Amino acid sequence: MKLKLHVWRQKGPYTPGEMVQYLAEGINEHMSFLEMLDVVNEDLISKGEEPIAFDSDCREGICGMCSMVINGRPHGPDQGTTVCQLHMRRFRDGDTIYIEPWRARAFPIIRDLVVDRSSFDKIMQAGGYVTANCGSAPDANAIPVAKERADAAFAAAACIGCGACVAACPNGAAMLFTAAKLSHLHHLPQGQPERLRRTQHMVNAMDAAGFGNCTNLYECEAACPKEIDRDVIAMMNRDYAKASFSHRD
Amino acid sequence: MSWFSNYARSSVGAKHIMAVTGLALALFVFVHMLGNFAVYAGQDAMNGYAETLKSTGAFLWLARLGLLATVVIHIAAAVRLSVLNKAARPEKYRMFKPIRSSFHARVMPWTGLIVFAFIVYHLMHFTLGTFYYDYYSAVQELPGGATRHDVYSMVVQGFQIPAVALSYVVAMVLLCFHLAHGMTSFFQSLGLNHPKYNAIIRYAGPVYAAIILIGNSSIPIAILAGAVDLPGA
Repeated sequence: MKLKLHVWRQKGPYTPGEMVQYLAEGINEHMSFLEMLDVVNEDLISKGEEPIAFDSDCREGICGMCSMVINGRPHGPDQGTTVCQLHMRRFRDGDTIYIEPWRARAFPIIRDLVVDRSSFDKIMQAGGYVTANCGSAPDANAIPVAKERADAAFAAAACIGCGACVAACPNGAAMLFTAAKLSHLHHLPQGQPERLRRTQHMVNAMDAAGFGNCTNLYECEAACPKEIDRDVIAMMNRDYAKASFSHRD
Repeated sequence: MSWFSNYARSSVGAKHIMAVTGLALALFVFVHMLGNFAVYAGQDAMNGYAETLKSTGAFLWLARLGLLATVVIHIAAAVRLSVLNKAARPEKYRMFKPIRSSFHARVMPWTGLIVFAFIVYHLMHFTLGTFYYDYYSAVQELPGGATRHDVYSMVVQGFQIPAVALSYVVAMVLLCFHLAHGMTSFFQSLGLNHPKYNAIIRYAGPVYAAIILIGNSSIPIAILAGAVDLPGA
């Protein structure tokens, strides 16, 4: 396959970037998207040029490291898929592909397609855990949890923190991420004692990080590689009202 | 009260405020529409309805001030959030394809601002009589020699001008798009969701918006078509 790429190149956080055109040749349709970029980078290195910097780690869709907007969609054209699980057979020979980084004020670009997602860590540090030390893993079924609740908690816990929700949101909001992290604890008994405090602290940390505000467009839900549902945001909205009106920290 | 200002300024608190003020305004629009249907019952019914409203005095002013405050809060919060949202993405995508959101949902600030401009125009037209004063100053003579404001003739003569009737219909179309997203968003924003009701909630906005559009637009259209005419005409 032969492809025409338009890639965002930016030397550093404070230098202006631009879209640069590259020709990707000798691409096998069985390659993943990241392997295609590896081939392009090998070519750039052999020419003595700087390779395109991008994030990746597990390359099996579970770590949340890879992050790029492909042809205007975070993680590319496939639903419920990370970039590393996107394959070149999804494209046709001769296609033009636009590759851009996540764009949000709270995710400053480090270089090319690599962004700094530590604002997600700040949200997690504000309450994305259970304070009590629980020791080692408890025996199965020692604490009864209804099947539906366990399923809902698991669906929210599938969040890999990649940031596609923020990248897809026209407002650059991080509500789906924050709400998924809350929802995963709040469907379980262990999450209940600190529920309202946790909601308040994590929402406040999200706002302080400079993310935008939700306008219920649900682009986040459409872009999420783990297909996390908008219902988690509704739960957070409800809990935040309860926390604000009835809880004193 | 610092907790309340923190709440109101937070991203989630601000959307609760948008939702609650939006619902209040949407319900007002519905009640206003029901009142306007008096035009179909003729001159006496319409003028009587208007007279009754005006006779409530302090209550009318309380309602007006309440509405004004609601509009101001709704718009102030929306403007603030729009500015913040713009700032949250300083560098735009060179290529971006929305998937799930509809166009009307993405242009809420614009439909909102145009509807606000329409409200100002509408108040100048029928409440203040800034233009078409001849129609505005019409009076109905009652048996016994008393007179009252002839709202019926004012509305009919106003909408007999095609450009005016058309401007109202266009405004209702924009309001319809605003409500279609707004009324469904209300439930999500306050977290009023449940698998049992989610399907109904999804259609709540579009259905409500369609009712407002059809109901309100029917009045200028009926007048323009001659189905509702001046008394004795």
